[in-house]
Amino acid sequence: MPVFIPSSLNEATQLLSSNPSAHLVTGGTDLMVEVNFNHRHPETVIALRNVPEFQLWNVDHTAGLVHIGSSVPYATMEHGDLATALPALAEAARTVGSPQIRAAGSLGGNLGTCSPAGDSLPVLSALDAVVHLQTSTSTRSITFAEFMVGPKKNSRLPDEIITGVSIPITNGWQGYAKVGVRNAMVISVASVCLAIHDGQVRVALGSVGPTIIRCTESENWINSVGLENVDHSLAQEFGERVRAESRPIDDHRSTAEYRRHAVGVLATRLLLRGVQK
Amino acid sequence: MSELEHYTLTINGESRDVLDAWIGESLLYVLRERLGLPGSKGACEQGECGSCTVYVDNAAVCSCLVMAATAVGTQIATVEGLNEDGSLTDVQEAFVTEGAVQCGFCTPGLVMAVHHLLDHNDSPSEQEIKEALSGNICRCTGYGRIFAAVDTVISVRKGISS
Repeated sequence: MPVFIPSSLNEATQLLSSNPSAHLVTGGTDLMVEVNFNHRHPETVIALRNVPEFQLWNVDHTAGLVHIGSSVPYATMEHGDLATALPALAEAARTVGSPQIRAAGSLGGNLGTCSPAGDSLPVLSALDAVVHLQTSTSTRSITFAEFMVGPKKNSRLPDEIITGVSIPITNGWQGYAKVGVRNAMVISVASVCLAIHDGQVRVALGSVGPTIIRCTESENWINSVGLENVDHSLAQEFGERVRAESRPIDDHRSTAEYRRHAVGVLATRLLLRGVQK
Repeated sequence: MSELEHYTLTINGESRDVLDAWIGESLLYVLRERLGLPGSKGACEQGECGSCTVYVDNAAVCSCLVMAATAVGTQIATVEGLNEDGSLTDVQEAFVTEGAVQCGFCTPGLVMAVHHLLDHNDSPSEQEIKEALSGNICRCTGYGRIFAAVDTVISVRKGISS
């Protein structure tokens, strides 16, 4: 039978182990666009919607850690405890497609596809998220930087399933901003997540490079300047430095020049929001 | 050539057999072309227009992006099942009386989205209404009459006017 709907994690990993070329699908909002337009023709599918572990999430304030199962829909991240613990993720989740897409789409899908335009991915990068993977015989947990290795390329092995992510809670401000051709239901042309933890800034860029880009040079510069000294002109310089770390291309959605401009503006804006100026 | 599938879906409370189907078929396709339920409309096939909105386990989703064969075991509700006897719901009545239907293509999806909103929130703010309907595109009305229909339903349900 070419469609499997396992009801446990163990069953899911066993099925993938025997069918390593199977498509893994939860909501289907990404895969089905390609199928509808005849870009993909799946032969075997493992639907993960009934695996209870993938639907779990929790906020552990003692450990300072949030766990989100790979099938938890974006709609769940927009409000409530997850949004309070991870405001940047809530902001990113709210920009994903439409309410109908957010009711079905999940982090597992964003990670599995690993598009540089994946809305949640700059957040996972800036927040130093850890991605959990499991086979029928082993588990491993790797950083987001280790996970995403290229445009639509990740280091998931053929017999591994993404079970979820762990995201440390920051003790400072965090936010997300995205530019698209309009406000609603749009694929990002450029996006930025900025988070502050222990007074240190972290910034990650989406849609302006082959992978999500962590701007370590800009981070080091602003952290050596000190957040307490940030004013409008320093925030502008921060934007310039972030811009220099982006590696955008021209494509059907935008030009590299515009993307470079946009990430700088977004980074400046987020930094000023972060320091409340 | 892929193997063909037989499976059973639960739609509007009824078991419906789907025979000899390709696994890549969307729920929208199966509803319209295999099960004789053409109420859900197909326009963009990529989740942008919302005209194919159905409920899967009480979540309003785009049926064009649900792989039908993976929806086995879920409760699927379509616009045809809103009222068991086929009469108009209060939302549909309000769409008619407020002139929120022009070409009508987006209407089933919008009706599903409005019911989903008002069944979970009986007093949505203007912002919440706009957000809830942001996944449903109408190219005729400019949305004013659709929002008027939503307001009418809210008032009628609260007994403010009849």
